[in-house]
Amino acid sequence: MKKIAVIGGGVAGLEVSKQLLEANIPVTLIEQSSKIGGNIKNYAYLFPDFYNAEELLNSYHYLITDPNLQLLLNTEVAKIDFSKKTYNILTKDGISVPADAIVIATGYNTFDARLKEEFGYGIYENVITSVQLEQMFKNKEIKTPSGKIPERIGFIHCVGSRDAKVGNTYCSRLCCVTAIKQAIETKKFLPSAEIFCFYIDLRMYGLLFEDLYLSAQRDYNIQFVRGRLSEASEMLDKRILIKVEDTLIGKPLQMSADMIVLMVGMEASDFSKQFKYHNGLEVNEHGFFNPINPHNLRNLTSKDGIFLAGTAIGPMSVGETLDHARGTALSVLSFINAN
Amino acid sequence: MGDLDFIKVKHLHIDYDILDLDLLNKVLQEETSFQWCISCGCCTASCSAGNHTTFNVRRISLLLRRGEIESLEKELEKCMLCGKCTLVCPRDIQLRNVVMSIKKNILKYKMSSL
Repeated sequence: MKKIAVIGGGVAGLEVSKQLLEANIPVTLIEQSSKIGGNIKNYAYLFPDFYNAEELLNSYHYLITDPNLQLLLNTEVAKIDFSKKTYNILTKDGISVPADAIVIATGYNTFDARLKEEFGYGIYENVITSVQLEQMFKNKEIKTPSGKIPERIGFIHCVGSRDAKVGNTYCSRLCCVTAIKQAIETKKFLPSAEIFCFYIDLRMYGLLFEDLYLSAQRDYNIQFVRGRLSEASEMLDKRILIKVEDTLIGKPLQMSADMIVLMVGMEASDFSKQFKYHNGLEVNEHGFFNPINPHNLRNLTSKDGIFLAGTAIGPMSVGETLDHARGTALSVLSFINAN
Repeated sequence: MGDLDFIKVKHLHIDYDILDLDLLNKVLQEETSFQWCISCGCCTASCSAGNHTTFNVRRISLLLRRGEIESLEKELEKCMLCGKCTLVCPRDIQLRNVVMSIKKNILKYKMSSL
């Protein structure tokens, strides 16, 4: 029997494991944290239909008890030894996991907003990230650190994306619709709050995303201002002063807000960044793993038996990640059958 | 602090915190569809009046949103109410109604302050 290892216990790794287990293939799933679920653990609701993220995650919990699944939690991969036909995954705890096929499903990191110092994250208390807001939805309470219920909230698009100054020139593409989802969600929590989105372009690429955008304007009175935040400063009362150019009217605009939410983009995971320097796998200029091509070989690497699943290859929504992971499982099955 | 502030020239700069959005809110009440404008500019491109004058109907809606209402009345005199803007709008905004609503509300305001 071929040995299959999946690195990463987020939804991509879970979906690949699930598909392989259903085909009676034993799987070793390696997860660095103490729980499965990955980044999706940080989300309360998913766009575009406000599906409960926890519900989606719970649909994978039954896998834990599958006798064919060897789940290694709290296990970080240090190196993959490619020198023999059966590869060897070496963990930081000194365990070695032999594998004929390895699925890399190591996901993404969110952008560290402190790097955009002019936005004041980590300096001003009322500047938060989209991940923190999602946590507030989970706790069912939106409040500033001083306990105030915000009356005006600004969502700042493209933080850490499309920005040469932080080295990320690509579009993270999910933040636009996430901002609109979060703006609507915030308005549901705080019906009297004024909500503004500051954007450069709105990239509503999914079938139902444009509907969500229209609904934000029509049903929730969310205002859209075209202009990228140039800087945020703290006022005497700790509120935030936003400075942008309203590029449609062609004038600088300033506005005070009780809270601003930075829509942080997806970045390559530490794992793929680390592999750029230490292992033979191909990583592109943005730090994500490179599939052979982005069309019909999106799940394969140039190394035989090494597969990619999910956001390890670039920003993807949950649905796209699951589709991609299922494709990867199919590639793994073909690999097993061919060998 | 006032003495130490930098001088802000009002017409060069929008301070959202002190905007007068009364007219906007009245117009939005009368023609809700105006709320979902995406500033694409189809209206301006197809505008009959805009082909021959400096009239820019998209800009009118933006001026209203940013509380810059001083020049609105004079600008709107250029509109011929042909309704082409309404026909081409991809978001199905009843722009002709918006123009009428602005005109009506400016008139009302003037009558009340006589």
